[in-house]
Amino acid sequence: MTRMTMIQAIRDGMDVAMGRDDSVVVYGEDVGYFGGVFRATQGLQEKYGRNRCFDAPISESGIVGTAIGMAANGMRPCVEIQFADYMYPAYDQITQEAARIRYRSNADFTCPMVIRMPTGGGIFGGQTHSQSPEALFTHVAGLKVVVPCNPYDAKGLLIAAIEDPDPVIFLEPKRLYNGPFDGHYERPVTGWGKHSDGEVPEGHFTVPLGQAKVKREGRDVTVLAYGTMVHVALAAAEDTGIDAEVIDLRTLLPYDLDAITASVCKTGRCVIVHEATLTSGFGAELAALVAEHCFYHLEAPIRRVAGWDTPYPHAQEWDYFPGPARVGAALTQTMEA
Amino acid sequence: MSSPLSLFVPEPEVRPGGVPDFTNVHIAPAGEVGRPPVDIDPSEIRDMAFSIIRVLNRDGEAAGPWAGLLSDEQLIEGLHHMMLLRALDARMIIAQRQGKTSFYIQHLGEEAVSTAFRKVLKKGDMNFPTYRQAGLLIAEDYPLEAMINQIYANSEDPLKGRQLPTLYSVREQGFFTLSGNLATQFPQAVGWAMASAIKGETNIAAGWIGDGSTAESDFHAALVFASTFKAPVVLNVVNNQWAISTFQGIARGGVGTFAARGLGYGIPSLRVDGNDYLAVHAVGLWAAERARRNLGPTLIEYVTYRAGAHSTSDDPSAYRPKEESAAWPLGDPVIRLKAHLIAKGVWSESRHVQLEAEMLDTVIAAQKAAEANGTMHSDNRPSARDMFEGVYAEMPPHLRRQRQESGV
Ligand SMILES: Cc1ncc(C[n+]2csc(CCOP(=O)(O)OP(=O)(O)O)c2C)c(N)n1
Ligand SMILES: [Mg+2]
Repeated sequence: MTRMTMIQAIRDGMDVAMGRDDSVVVYGEDVGYFGGVFRATQGLQEKYGRNRCFDAPISESGIVGTAIGMAANGMRPCVEIQFADYMYPAYDQITQEAARIRYRSNADFTCPMVIRMPTGGGIFGGQTHSQSPEALFTHVAGLKVVVPCNPYDAKGLLIAAIEDPDPVIFLEPKRLYNGPFDGHYERPVTGWGKHSDGEVPEGHFTVPLGQAKVKREGRDVTVLAYGTMVHVALAAAEDTGIDAEVIDLRTLLPYDLDAITASVCKTGRCVIVHEATLTSGFGAELAALVAEHCFYHLEAPIRRVAGWDTPYPHAQEWDYFPGPARVGAALTQTMEA
Repeated sequence: MSSPLSLFVPEPEVRPGGVPDFTNVHIAPAGEVGRPPVDIDPSEIRDMAFSIIRVLNRDGEAAGPWAGLLSDEQLIEGLHHMMLLRALDARMIIAQRQGKTSFYIQHLGEEAVSTAFRKVLKKGDMNFPTYRQAGLLIAEDYPLEAMINQIYANSEDPLKGRQLPTLYSVREQGFFTLSGNLATQFPQAVGWAMASAIKGETNIAAGWIGDGSTAESDFHAALVFASTFKAPVVLNVVNNQWAISTFQGIARGGVGTFAARGLGYGIPSLRVDGNDYLAVHAVGLWAAERARRNLGPTLIEYVTYRAGAHSTSDDPSAYRPKEESAAWPLGDPVIRLKAHLIAKGVWSESRHVQLEAEMLDTVIAAQKAAEANGTMHSDNRPSARDMFEGVYAEMPPHLRRQRQESGV
């Protein structure tokens, strides 16, 4: 085991995958010589050469379109979209092509590829460096969608994603790159140094896609979260003293229904938290699943805490961000219901 | 028998540690490129996409057929604008380090492009800029205080704290709302111009894009619409050699110049020395004239150099030699215009030093005024209520409910 930040763990995951398999190639805007604006690919070009790690022209549709062609021709591209907010020019290639290559060709062609994207807010990035577009991917048949929330999972999930036979959208909460962030923005920044999930195995290991993880066991209420919101939910449980069971979904598609239902049927209450806008967010899907599968165990209405239905603002970041106070209030209300 | 293929990945000639060498960059002498009539058949001027129009020579003289369009007063005003923009940038970078704003984008080395081009537009024309054309506002004397209010996201921020600093929107100054998503504005500029033609008006549009962003599909979509409908638009490509850490060769590919991209669309495509205030103005005027006479679009590549960091989040020493900027063969736009004015006998070193101090004072005064309205993390900033306003013309019930729930 070694201590790593989430950025180092992601880089290490690509390094391990590239070292084991020559067909893994890494490219995207600024990812070559410079190593990416978040430095996730730093050193990879030097180590594996310009053929396997290089700068792409600023064309997200080009990045994903060429990755599909490479995947069809036996490669395993792991490409970076500089911010999830900039994936839209590639949306056609992702949703209409990558997602359906296997299905429409009856596996005559397949599309094993990973599209990494920094996601979420918390860095005063305004409306084009803060978005959480996961629901735009979970709504698409044929994609897998992963959102890690710590260095350990980031590395293990990324290697699993690269080795997966189908296209995987890998959303990296950028506010977590250098340390866990629980939404208490007024407190000093902490790094991954002392966090138990900052301990990462060396070399190859995987965290299987499709498995949630209980981050805090509790009896009173289940919190379903992923990404940055896992840390926020843990802080809210701490702040309110409510014995919440916090579940980190880790993979949104395919989701871990067993883990969700086991917990909600046990606690009888459920709060769903995400940073993305509320309406038609992934929380709506989770709420429907919980209603379908746990209805007779529920003792309170399912609650969602999410970003407001506005574009992500710049100056009002902390009014927008669903921090521990809002999650805590939802926990309290759910307990009182 | 065929031999194995290999992938070509372009790289800049030097990286940190190397010695910058621009001797292979062919720079035509000032005054060499001709000035065709605006109604020329585009097929006759294809070579202009590969040359470079320059007016100011090494001795600070204006040479050739593109010279002589601006009066001394206009040139001194242009110097003012460039220096004001430079002073604003310098102060705002410090303000960002002091935590008064979250982010800033500067123009160092590129000041001539937007300030000179603004002078060829008329009231009612519309720019669709990138984040690196604040000179369009400066050259129209848009109040600095309003710009700084936006940068500080304070209580007087015209955009109510919703936008990233420097992503202004100023309709009455012909400055379209800035997007953080690259290249989207380019087809929008064409559409604005098409509307002007449909309505039978006289206004034209100007689209702006960086070298790196020409790789986006939207760039090509803009060119095909502009070409097909002969839209009254000037399509400006600012080639400052870098797109964050990526050198221009990655977006340019094998085409030689960015201007040459226009040739495949049959659009007259000119390449100009972007650090030459007179050349930028003269070429912009030529293109604007074409648009006004309903002759259609023009593509202009401004060859310049991003002398500063991409933004306050960037440190270029990680990917290019520190000395590269000084070695750039087209020099500095402020120094070149200053030398020209001195050569003409209408300017002096001492007046220049004085103007520098004046520009700094002007910025400091505006900054003080803006600071009275608050800065990024002070209490007088746009309210959480402002966050819910303006998503729609009329706030729908679900948003009203959310605003109530938020307690604001
Ligand atoms: C669609 C999209 N992709 C990526 C980015 C991230 N990004 C912001 S600026 C930039 C470089 C742009 O370079 P260029 O077009 O040359 O303009 P310059 O910054 O040099 O003025 C990149 C990649 C973005 N803002 N939008
Ligand atoms: Mg550029």
